[in-house]
Amino acid sequence: MIARDRISKLASNLVLLAIGILFVLPLLWVLFASINRTAGLRVEFPTDPTLGNFKAVLNTDTTYRPVLNGIVLCGGAALLTMVCAVLAAYPLSRFKSRFNRPFLLTVLFCTGLPITAVMVPVYGLFVQLNLVDTLGGTIMFMATSSLPFAIWLTKTFMDGVPISLEEAAWVDGASNMRALKSIVLPLMWPGIAVVLIFTFIGMWGNFFVPFMLLLSPERLPASVSIFTFFGQYGEPNYGQLAAYSLIYTTPVLLLYLLLSRKLGGAFALGGAIKG
Amino acid sequence: MTTTVAPAPVASKPGRNGKPRTANLFKMLPLTPAIGLMLVFLAGPILYCIYAAFTNMALTGTGAANVTFVGLDNFRKAFGSGAFSNAIWLTLVFTLVSAIIGQNTLGLGLALLMRKSTKVVRNFVGTAVIGAWVLPEVVAAYLLSAFFNEEGTLNVMLHAVGLPGQDWLYAAPIIAVSLANIWRGTAFSMLVYSAALSEVPKEIEESAEMDGAGGWRRLVFVTLPMISRAIMTNLMLITLQTLSVFGLIYAMTRGGPGTKSQTLPLYMYEQAFSFSQIGYGTAIALVMLAIGAVFSLIYLRGLNSEAA
Repeated sequence: MIARDRISKLASNLVLLAIGILFVLPLLWVLFASINRTAGLRVEFPTDPTLGNFKAVLNTDTTYRPVLNGIVLCGGAALLTMVCAVLAAYPLSRFKSRFNRPFLLTVLFCTGLPITAVMVPVYGLFVQLNLVDTLGGTIMFMATSSLPFAIWLTKTFMDGVPISLEEAAWVDGASNMRALKSIVLPLMWPGIAVVLIFTFIGMWGNFFVPFMLLLSPERLPASVSIFTFFGQYGEPNYGQLAAYSLIYTTPVLLLYLLLSRKLGGAFALGGAIKG
Repeated sequence: MTTTVAPAPVASKPGRNGKPRTANLFKMLPLTPAIGLMLVFLAGPILYCIYAAFTNMALTGTGAANVTFVGLDNFRKAFGSGAFSNAIWLTLVFTLVSAIIGQNTLGLGLALLMRKSTKVVRNFVGTAVIGAWVLPEVVAAYLLSAFFNEEGTLNVMLHAVGLPGQDWLYAAPIIAVSLANIWRGTAFSMLVYSAALSEVPKEIEESAEMDGAGGWRRLVFVTLPMISRAIMTNLMLITLQTLSVFGLIYAMTRGGPGTKSQTLPLYMYEQAFSFSQIGYGTAIALVMLAIGAVFSLIYLRGLNSEAA
């Protein structure tokens, strides 16, 4: 019995390790290429490692401005999403109403709509409203597209905060918004942080929305401007592309680390989703 | 054409459920920003889509000068076109291979295996899988383009064991992008299943084991039924996410070579923007929305009957 358990444990470990290695392999290329003077698509350990690729891309046009644009765009949109989601989740979580169930079902239904499909009409709408190539319009659309999911998650987290504390506050004459701000939010900030960070990570990687709605090079975020490496000039400089990819990825990696160290990691998200 | 006929029925009467605090309109006020945004930027475009799909709207030519209704012409054109059925077929393959089979099974397998593994291995694999998920879409696409390239890591590995390599993005583009999507998306299923499995009481599985149920039987008859709700939710979310994957495929193959990896979103993009046929493009968008809506409704029903 014990021996069988050990064998099955060993087998699990080996299978897992093999899968893990398969997941790591594609990452090797970007690490090696970024410090390789003559990087191609071949994975090769650089014989003469250099930081030249990083130096070459660290300038305003290639890196600083797109990253800053990304921070403004995704940060603004994630904050807007979060404010709206918290406000919406509060009545949904706290008050019984005939309106809650249909609204939540609609929200759940909206999480299923393929945002990609909406992009052509959204572009049409943006042309009509004169919003094409504006950061404000793009922020509002990005916020809306992640709103259904954020409302759903926030409500799930908020349901976990016991209502009894607020009832005491209500008796003392606190308004709903005050109770939300000074009682509910402080108790659920880890949940808020989880939703906020995942919303941001999702937006940071999103390519299609800013690709469609923003046009001027000086407004493009990092997710779209990475495409300029494959310009009209044929073969891109793969070393620089790899270096840029690493720089562009760093913010979300840091955020993810923060999440997993302080907030129970993505498992909190999994727990909220699995319903 | 930004008519936003408010579809959301706002509760006019306070509902009562025995709770001392019942809802009234005033209390529902905090919902307005969310509802407002969703009406303008979600319901608005969908209504616009329904309108434009029946017109000859275009960015250039006659459709640009005066937009006229063309009835079902766009849909007739789509369903009669080989490129459209090609895109539908590729989308089905992509969704089936990468989401329903790939991400879902691999995610479940990883979550199950992780329960029996040592901490070091579990952390390593978890980090690798989640790392692939956190990477921005376009970066993931470049990594995997390099991986599947003629000189890439995959071929190096194949040569090492004596197998012939090829440029996978040319030889089997839809399989390559499907594998890429598995690589990128498995973490999500893994997280959902890990969370669900952590709530399955150990005693139940142990007592099944006492009764002589072997590993597979225990999995199929005891463990899986207990997480059926999570399976449902996960399948719904990953199917719908996969249906709308654009950036990954666009950055890897641009739908090519030819149209060999042109799924519906890429076909829609090409028609609407490269060929300026907004009317036709929105008709395709409407088909995608309808597919998404059907999936969404099926799974919502599933969730409902589970809860009941």
